[in-house]
Amino acid sequence: MGIASDALKNFKGFNLKNLPEVEPVSPGHRACQGCGEVLALRQAMKAIGNNTVVCSATGCMEIITSPFPQTAWRVPWIHVAFENAAAVASGVEAAYKAMNRKKIVDQPDVTIIAYGGDGATADIGMQALSGALERGHNMIYFCFDNEAYMNTGIQRSSSTPFGASTTTSPAGKQSSGQNTWKKNMAEIAVAHGAPYVATATPAYPIDLMNKVKKASLVPGPAYIHIYSPCPTGWRCGIDESIEVAKLAVQSKVFPLYEVIDGEFYLSRKVAKPKPITDYFKIQRRFRHLTEAEVGYIQGRVDEQYEKLLKKCVVEEKKKEKE
Amino acid sequence: MSKQIGIEVSIAVAEAVGLCDVDVVAAYPITPQTHIVEHLSELVADGHLDANFVPVESEHSAMSACIGSSAAGARTFTSTCSQGYALMSELCYIASALRLPIVMAVANRALSAPINIWNDHADLMYARDTGWIQLISENGQEAVDMSIAAFRIGEDKRVLLPVQVNLDGFTLSHFIEPLTIPDAADIKKFLPAYRPALRLDPANPITMGPVGMPDIYTEARMAQDVNLKNSKPIIQEIFNEFGKQFGRKYKLVESYKADDAETIIVVMGSIAQTAMTAVDMMREKGKKVGVVRPRIFRPFPGAELFDAIKGAKNLVLIDRVTAFAGGEISGPVALEIKSVLYDKKHYPKVGNFLAGLGGRDVTDQNFEEMVERVASAKDGELPAYEFINVRE
Repeated sequence: MGIASDALKNFKGFNLKNLPEVEPVSPGHRACQGCGEVLALRQAMKAIGNNTVVCSATGCMEIITSPFPQTAWRVPWIHVAFENAAAVASGVEAAYKAMNRKKIVDQPDVTIIAYGGDGATADIGMQALSGALERGHNMIYFCFDNEAYMNTGIQRSSSTPFGASTTTSPAGKQSSGQNTWKKNMAEIAVAHGAPYVATATPAYPIDLMNKVKKASLVPGPAYIHIYSPCPTGWRCGIDESIEVAKLAVQSKVFPLYEVIDGEFYLSRKVAKPKPITDYFKIQRRFRHLTEAEVGYIQGRVDEQYEKLLKKCVVEEKKKEKE
Repeated sequence: MSKQIGIEVSIAVAEAVGLCDVDVVAAYPITPQTHIVEHLSELVADGHLDANFVPVESEHSAMSACIGSSAAGARTFTSTCSQGYALMSELCYIASALRLPIVMAVANRALSAPINIWNDHADLMYARDTGWIQLISENGQEAVDMSIAAFRIGEDKRVLLPVQVNLDGFTLSHFIEPLTIPDAADIKKFLPAYRPALRLDPANPITMGPVGMPDIYTEARMAQDVNLKNSKPIIQEIFNEFGKQFGRKYKLVESYKADDAETIIVVMGSIAQTAMTAVDMMREKGKKVGVVRPRIFRPFPGAELFDAIKGAKNLVLIDRVTAFAGGEISGPVALEIKSVLYDKKHYPKVGNFLAGLGGRDVTDQNFEEMVERVASAKDGELPAYEFINVRE
């Protein structure tokens, strides 16, 4: 057994009957209507509870929760800059370790959180995150991935999906929008040897909250990549965040899985996958794509999903034994 | 009891920081700062210092981790210089705005390009507008003493600001000097435990680093400015207490044979020692010359500096950095001193010399030449600044 599976041996998850009432992120923040990201943040923080210190990257979740003199945070929270949330959390974690050991404080169970958007994680903050994962700090990093720089006005990031039109990868006569494939941050976290890595989305709240809870129980660094719909940037209806996130999972575009001590486990097998056209058609960021381009993307989605399934052999083997 | 020993200045600074009982050191290696953080990691590895050493992947993350650590309530130290300082500088502005008493030793080194690992004050000047307190050492003993005083100054409840301890790269950091490392018990008497009133504590949640809209930004910046301004007398007060505890007395501005001097050299850092030697030589020849040396650069000790230089007819102002302002205004140190003189309606003859860039020696001969140049110049003859000891 590895350190993560050891820590999760007796894990008891959340279900609809025992959802925590605690709300570390209060209502009254300034997110856009229908924001899937603040919903993900709320769910994640409900699973964490109050005994935490939260380190925020610059971005939507920082701006909408902290316009002085107001704050939406009922737990200690710090924002420093765009690219360094993981490094700030490294310092908080080191401080708590030292202060507990030296008996300056008696707070051994504080959960240290860092979070950022996809730009803060996959682009500008990649180095700080890599350093924190490699050093093995006992902390959780959430990437709230809305697939572009939404706070500055929908510019492309390395997490923007192929074919999406953004303000810096616009579709046009000579362009079909973003012309690179989405960077796979969860796999990059796995490659660092992080004991717990998972993907989640607020469309499946119990799954998300259980993954966050597991991450908090695992000693060492945990990374959770949270697919967070942005109606403003994706150009879907403000009442369609949950639907679009469900379609992302059901069309295999964003598979839900966990990686515990390096072993892959599929959280939700997509038995009858929906075509990506179902997912694309409710988002205007994809509406310029031709049939051929959609087919090309469908091929890649299928291929990536098959690759993931092959990695999830552990679960299959377990079932065979049963 | 403390006793004098022969020791490399970097090692001595690390020993002093260790005796200050730091909780967290987060640092990234850069020449010539390396020996300071190497020795601190040794102290931790050997169990002499109960701290967490965070070997970060860049200076940017070093200062980020220091901010997190200090905000969580731990006594925090780092060290860097030059390019490393440039990389972390974004965070240095934030550390001071968040009022975090981080202490950082800077083994002053030139900035690229051309890449150059040797000493000048490019990083010291780069840092001057970041809202940190800047202390400057002339020799190894001062580097040790300033490192200890820095924690006390930064952590004083009336101050709460990060403090930069500047020591010249190589010419101080790598020299072996006879030094007194204070006794641990004396340091404990001088430096109380760090217990901040506010920190990132789940028992008392606070929001740090919020958005400041136009309706509050100016007030926030003014509050920080007032705070730095108010720190000046407190720094002297703490120097006085340091003197009582350890017997070495420090002032915001130090003078050497300046009382009756017709020409005063104003210089910062280790080359002040060469300047003093040059002054002794010139005094033997009957020339009335003195040296004035600011010990702090931020907050700028304008009043103390003016008192020290006001009797002189000629001023030799040394800048150890190229300012790239276009040629019609002086280097940063001279510019600030001239600003003080203008406000006092006091107009001595002023020469500004860019000297000792990227590790070039500044000799006693050079000082004599600069003094002659200003003393013999006719009105209006001196340019805004000139390079000395340079091949053209």
